[in-house]
Amino acid sequence: MGRGRAPRFPCLGGGRVLPRSSLPAGDTSVLAGLYGPAEVKVSKEMYDKATVEVLLRPKVGLPGVFEKNREQLIRKTCEAVLLGALHPRTSITIVLQVVSDAGSLLACCLNAACMGLMDAGLPMKSLFCGVTCALDATGAIGLDPTAKQEKEARAVLTFAISSVERQVLLSTTKGPCSVEEEQLGLWGGQARYRRRVRQETGGGRVPWRQGEGNPWGMGVPS
Amino acid sequence: MAAAEALPAEERVGQVVLPGDVLLLPAHPEADGERLWLGPGAALPGRLLCGPGLRSCGAGLLVTKCGLLRHRQPGGAGGGSGGAYWVDSQQKRYVPVKGDHVIGIVTIKAGDIFKLDVGGSEQASLSYLAFEGATKRNRPNVQVGDLIYGQFIVANKDMEPEMVCIDSSGRANGMGVIGHEGLLFKVSLGLIRKLLAPNCEIIQELGQLYPFEIVFGMNGRIWVKAKTIQQTLIVANILEACEHMTAEQRTQALAKLSER
Repeated sequence: MGRGRAPRFPCLGGGRVLPRSSLPAGDTSVLAGLYGPAEVKVSKEMYDKATVEVLLRPKVGLPGVFEKNREQLIRKTCEAVLLGALHPRTSITIVLQVVSDAGSLLACCLNAACMGLMDAGLPMKSLFCGVTCALDATGAIGLDPTAKQEKEARAVLTFAISSVERQVLLSTTKGPCSVEEEQLGLWGGQARYRRRVRQETGGGRVPWRQGEGNPWGMGVPS
Repeated sequence: MAAAEALPAEERVGQVVLPGDVLLLPAHPEADGERLWLGPGAALPGRLLCGPGLRSCGAGLLVTKCGLLRHRQPGGAGGGSGGAYWVDSQQKRYVPVKGDHVIGIVTIKAGDIFKLDVGGSEQASLSYLAFEGATKRNRPNVQVGDLIYGQFIVANKDMEPEMVCIDSSGRANGMGVIGHEGLLFKVSLGLIRKLLAPNCEIIQELGQLYPFEIVFGMNGRIWVKAKTIQQTLIVANILEACEHMTAEQRTQALAKLSER
């Protein structure tokens, strides 16, 4: 609990993957690459919104059913925050590569996907953040469990929490837990959300390259 | 960062804004209440223009992209209300906008229409009659793989983008096929906007180094041609690198080059 979880850094829309910092041993880390809005195959295109595709590649081996399940969860979350109606008949592809897994993998993938969407400049309604809770046999709740804590826990809950009034975008549970325990886990997650977003955005400051000039009215060669 | 607090837009100008932030607008005294005009074009005095990265919502403006919030006062008799707000954000992928001048690469030549790759999600179409002095008998000499500098006359999310190489009076005005020599390379969209700002220092300093021809496309593409291949490559490398260099580093790099 309380370990620095570093979601890995994303690419710029258009195809470059840019890992920004080196990796402390033992942490979970996921590399995200974002491509879009790009051309889409006619069979997959949607006339009124963008087609979001997520590809999750495990560290070793070929992706299987487990990864497919995760991909759908991440896809639904991203679709909920993206303003897909602004880019109909296009595709937005998010590629996540697991670099190391030390527990709380889904939450880390969600964070990496959100950072990727932000960095690519895709229009979004809000930001979101992933949080994992582990319930042990006594009912105590631990946030951001390690792989060992996840195995020993009675139930593991993962939430994706939006930046708009901390709404819940995704909730997935593995293992038995009562409704009250799930609520407690959610409140803990929402409290952790505040701290997590502050960490990720550097206290509200996003590392940014400042550009001058405005997009219109200026500088168009005549 | 708590749940998004709604703050007045004026207070956030020049600060980083994140998607989900709501910006409140001052109430307008006009009879028809607060109205926002979305899209390019001059804002009427008293009307607020909502630019890239912002959407109007019930309470005011909803931020949809990360970046710095900017504001431009309305020119002329606009008074306190009106003007334009937008978010300066960084991205590499281009989305066609009407009126933008871009560099496209001809991919298909099909009868009366050329299809151009402009770096967006769809290819743009260009009619063979949209060149200066083109008639049905006098067709322009355009081959697959040529570079074309033109502007969008139709560019929205629902339709295929269309380009032309003439302005509203029928003159080319610099648009058309770009010559066969020179080098085309890609940079981020923010750098292009910076280079196209009036009195850009980078271009002035580079101009003192070597004479060269340069074309900027708003889709992130730059075409450069200098007297020799080596000079062309030097200019291209400086432009690509100056996105990440400070002004002093750039001056040092240019000083080293002019010594040679």
